[in-house]
Amino acid sequence: MTEAAKQPLLDVHDLRTHFHTFGGTVKAVNGVSFDIAEGEVMGLVGESGGGKSVVGFSILGLIDSPGKIEGGQILLDGEDLVKAGEARLREIRGREISMVFQDPMTSLNPLHSVGRQMDEVLRLHSDLDAQARHSACVEMLESVGISRATERLRAYPHQFSGGMRQRVVIAIALLARPRLIIADEPTTALDVTIQSQILKLMRRQIAEKGASMILVTHDLAVVSEMADRITVLYCGNVVERGRARELIEAPAHPYTRGLIDSIPDPSNRHERLKQIPGTVPDIRNLPQGCNFRDRCPRAQALCAEIEPKLSAQRGSLSAACHFPLNPGESA
Amino acid sequence: MTGYIFKRLLQMTLVLWVVSVIVFLMMSFTGDPVFMVVPIDATDAEIAQARRLLGLDQSLFVQYGRFVTSLVQGDFGNSYVFRQPAMALILERLPATLEMVLVAMALALVVAIPLGVYAGANPNSRISRTIMAGSLLGISLPGFWVGMVLIFLFAVHWGIFPSSGRGDTAEIFGLRVSLLTADGWHHIILPAVTLSLATMAILLRMTRAGMMEVNRQDFMKFARAKGATRRDVLYKHGLKNALIPVITIFGLQLGDLIAFATITETIFSWPGMGKLLIDSIYRADRPVIVVYLMLVALIFVVINFLVDIIYTLIDPRITLK
Ligand SMILES: Nc1ncnc2c1ncn2[C@@H]1O[C@H](COP(=O)(O)OP(=O)(O)O)[C@@H](O)[C@H]1O
Ligand SMILES: [Mg+2]
Repeated sequence: MTEAAKQPLLDVHDLRTHFHTFGGTVKAVNGVSFDIAEGEVMGLVGESGGGKSVVGFSILGLIDSPGKIEGGQILLDGEDLVKAGEARLREIRGREISMVFQDPMTSLNPLHSVGRQMDEVLRLHSDLDAQARHSACVEMLESVGISRATERLRAYPHQFSGGMRQRVVIAIALLARPRLIIADEPTTALDVTIQSQILKLMRRQIAEKGASMILVTHDLAVVSEMADRITVLYCGNVVERGRARELIEAPAHPYTRGLIDSIPDPSNRHERLKQIPGTVPDIRNLPQGCNFRDRCPRAQALCAEIEPKLSAQRGSLSAACHFPLNPGESA
Repeated sequence: MTGYIFKRLLQMTLVLWVVSVIVFLMMSFTGDPVFMVVPIDATDAEIAQARRLLGLDQSLFVQYGRFVTSLVQGDFGNSYVFRQPAMALILERLPATLEMVLVAMALALVVAIPLGVYAGANPNSRISRTIMAGSLLGISLPGFWVGMVLIFLFAVHWGIFPSSGRGDTAEIFGLRVSLLTADGWHHIILPAVTLSLATMAILLRMTRAGMMEVNRQDFMKFARAKGATRRDVLYKHGLKNALIPVITIFGLQLGDLIAFATITETIFSWPGMGKLLIDSIYRADRPVIVVYLMLVALIFVVINFLVDIIYTLIDPRITLK
């Protein structure tokens, strides 16, 4: 079977998730498409407010009113999760697809012991007896780097540091051996030193278990180390995607260029950070044409009139831009 | 833990001591009980004699000293009216009040918690709005009015429940309890419902507010992302986190109902402490009032202590120090 003919594990097609608020309809995700192959790590990047978390929650069917998936498909092995009922989604959550949240300080229930919160996953998704579940929890906790696991299972979240809590969250996410893990800014709330530990841990665990991952982050530096492919979101749209190496080295979209340029260079601490000028527009009333044009150094009259469609560019890249960058060209 | 309990016991004793001072002063400055014990046509000499016998001729300090000494010994004196130990009079009626209050509180919990959880989880649904409107009624309608309406409808109009009295009781551990007989249950329903409505409404609103707060928390979404059922997410993860303020109010209301079930007891002629209290106040039956007040203070102090212990059972972050 050729690479192209193989069905992706997850295929998100033209996903649209809107929030119907008093202030108007927030089109948080408005026509997003991407796919993930078995064992692949896909980076989902973009500034905050771009719709990354909403994509993640949409996949798990965790969009609450006033939000609603208005259209599109989320195919897991060909099964459309948008059409799946709540009972089926509950089977999938934690079992097929699990999630790691941004803030480990708030993602664990403060009143339940760590052991109980881990055990819950196995009770929901396995037929193991109490004894077997306990050993599975101990083993998993050890494999995410928490020593004295038997003892730590009885402890409560407040007795762990932020980094340790995120390890627990990761352990919970991995426990039922899901095929896809959605990690929503898993290291954003952590100290820099701990960030790289957690990322290494995730990379190792994913590889060991042969799982796929959507790594959501606003930090391209993080994703460039880990992802096979990258999808860049801006205002609820995919503006660029492609193989990680190509996209980082020579992006076609000026927005991606801007994100890359704002990565701090650790070898040059005195250099002033380049920021993308301007701010993300109000998603409730987006301008006509390209959403990025007000912040884009390459914008021309055409950009104000016609919204660019995602189209194939050099190599593996696709970008939604009327005036894409050539390799080596700065924005 | 033992250190904590010792500290709390000390605190409780202190509170009870302060209450005893207040009770004593209140008693000393309201009315002259000597007229309760002497005949109407008593001479001045007889009154003075009675005063001496009751110790009312001595200074307040001496009187207080004697008052406290007998309190500590559990001797509250005889009722002026019944000529029996005041303590025994109260204790005889305590079970009737307690069982009515317990049924009322149980009813309040059983109704308030699920409705509060529902209303908190679905704040915009029509059912929730109806529940909340109902709870507002429960808070604002006065108990005596509700009691009378219930009597009119269920006792007079439909004849489903009796309108007054306690019905048959059975004895257990020397206490007369009506919850052991069908007739007793038949009699307790209306007064218990009357008594529970306001508490039910308050607990419901507390539960709802707590659930709305908890529902915003990440760990609720994380629990759902694990595949937990909606029910488990709400009750196992959510409710427990919403419970601390509910338990605080529950404790206060419990004490409150025991202490002030008076009105309901009067309406339903329920032979509890409240009715005895009212009668005793009318007759300035000082020893009975004193027992009542001290008992109520004790109940509040103990409930408070228990509530603090319950906090620590619910929340591992709360430690007793
Ligand atoms: N519950 C909600 N109600 C209204 N708007 C929402 C809600 N959740 C997210 N949004 C909006 O959707 C957009 C995308 O949010 P999000 O996916 O959290 O961004 P990101 O994760 O990329 O930072 C934002 O404009 C945000 O305000
Ligand atoms: Mg986010």
